[in-house]
Amino acid sequence: MSSRLDLDPVACAGHGLCADLVPELVELDEWGFPMLRADAVGPDLLPHARRAVSTCPTLALRLVRTRADRAPEHR
Amino acid sequence: MTAATRLTAGWRSSGRPAGLDEHLDRYGPLPDRARPGALARAVTEAGLTGRGGAGFPTGTKLQAVGARRGPAVVVANGMEGEPASEKDHALLSRAPHLVLDGAVLAAEDVRAEVVHVCLPRTKPGLADVVREAVADRQRARRDGVPVEVHELPHYYVSSEETSLVRWLNGGEARPLGGRERPFERGVRRRPTLVDNVETLAHLALIARFGPAWFRQAGRPEAPGTMLATVSGAVDRPGVYEIEVGTPVADVLAWSRVREPAGAVLIGGYFGTWHDLADVAAAGMSAPQLRRAGASPGAGVLIALPEGACGLSETARVLGYLAGQSAGQCGPCAFGLPAIADDFAQLAQARASGAVLERLDRRLGALPGRGACRHPDGAVRLAASALTAFAPDVHAHARHRPCFAARRFDARGETSSPAILPVPAAAPDEQWAEGGWS
Repeated sequence: MSSRLDLDPVACAGHGLCADLVPELVELDEWGFPMLRADAVGPDLLPHARRAVSTCPTLALRLVRTRADRAPEHR
Repeated sequence: MTAATRLTAGWRSSGRPAGLDEHLDRYGPLPDRARPGALARAVTEAGLTGRGGAGFPTGTKLQAVGARRGPAVVVANGMEGEPASEKDHALLSRAPHLVLDGAVLAAEDVRAEVVHVCLPRTKPGLADVVREAVADRQRARRDGVPVEVHELPHYYVSSEETSLVRWLNGGEARPLGGRERPFERGVRRRPTLVDNVETLAHLALIARFGPAWFRQAGRPEAPGTMLATVSGAVDRPGVYEIEVGTPVADVLAWSRVREPAGAVLIGGYFGTWHDLADVAAAGMSAPQLRRAGASPGAGVLIALPEGACGLSETARVLGYLAGQSAGQCGPCAFGLPAIADDFAQLAQARASGAVLERLDRRLGALPGRGACRHPDGAVRLAASALTAFAPDVHAHARHRPCFAARRFDARGETSSPAILPVPAAAPDEQWAEGGWS
């Protein structure tokens, strides 16, 4: 069972703490709003990702499980 | 192919809303009440897809709502947020009972206890027509469910299905940021079916005449008819009913396109610009247009007259779309004004710095990052303009405007009449709750 980061764009206020805590997974755009990498969060980054989730001042970030047994969604 | 007259039967001769008797004379009585789920199967078999723009299979949506527990809610979406589209307004003002038939039949099929009809506040005469039709049906004791007519603030994003749900729940007509979809929990937390009014009109005909009849028009992979709004460099602009898959060139010919037309905008302001030669033979259907990188959207076709500047037209539309952002999501609230400004500079051939690189980066960074598809749609339009008008783009970027753009004045307005209809950029009503803009 693996996880990835998920953002609620309405709740996000662009504080940018997530990019400080897991720059491997979050990059800020030119206006300071996070752009997430779609990749699964590897075990080494999981504690950092959890901290980013719990530190977000607007509770906009969460970790969601990606089910390996489900076919990838078409874009 | 020729023009179709399923939804539009009798429109030309009457010019007014069809009353209940006239409607029943034209289409016959409604079929006897079927078991819940039967209509969902018929609609699936017919292959009807949503006519509001997204093109989602209507039968799948009916089945999803019908499969939920407890009473459901049906919302008929007549908001028509797309400024270049007039078909929902035309349909509701000529054949209101056909739409109401569809809404009531859908309600019976998903076991809904109420139908909400959502209309734009900016067209007050429209709500009167629909309310009168509802009152006539009540007098005739036709419907088993109550039908409520609502007038909502009219923004581009108010047409979005979660905007309607939020408004009907007492909030603002802005898209919801949550993770639940209306078919799961919508109006009053009930499973909610939101369908475009044209979609419901087709559904009413499928209930009467069956899936096989529906498939007699259109193409096997995209059956039926659709309403299209044609404008721009045409002598007979307006709403046309066409078989799905009718070539773009035929639709333009019926509306008397003025030769030579260079480019065409397909799908509306979330749509795409194309060189007419590239898409003339393509059929107006999702599968056929997809090959050309286009989508029929809500059926909008706009021919750009020769001598108009496609970049200037696009810049004005992007300015409008930026002003129409609900201002809830940072990438949309900041990104759309930024690309609109880049485009305005480009259109005026006064761009500062490396405007094309900047646009390329910004257009790549925005899609998929909003609560709704508003930023995605604006980006699609902007990106298509850069491709379709590539020679102009490079000339403008080197501060050499095309002939048409030289008529741009210092405030960025054309001295010639604008081709694309663009309402005032700022919403006439401000969002009451917090937002970025």
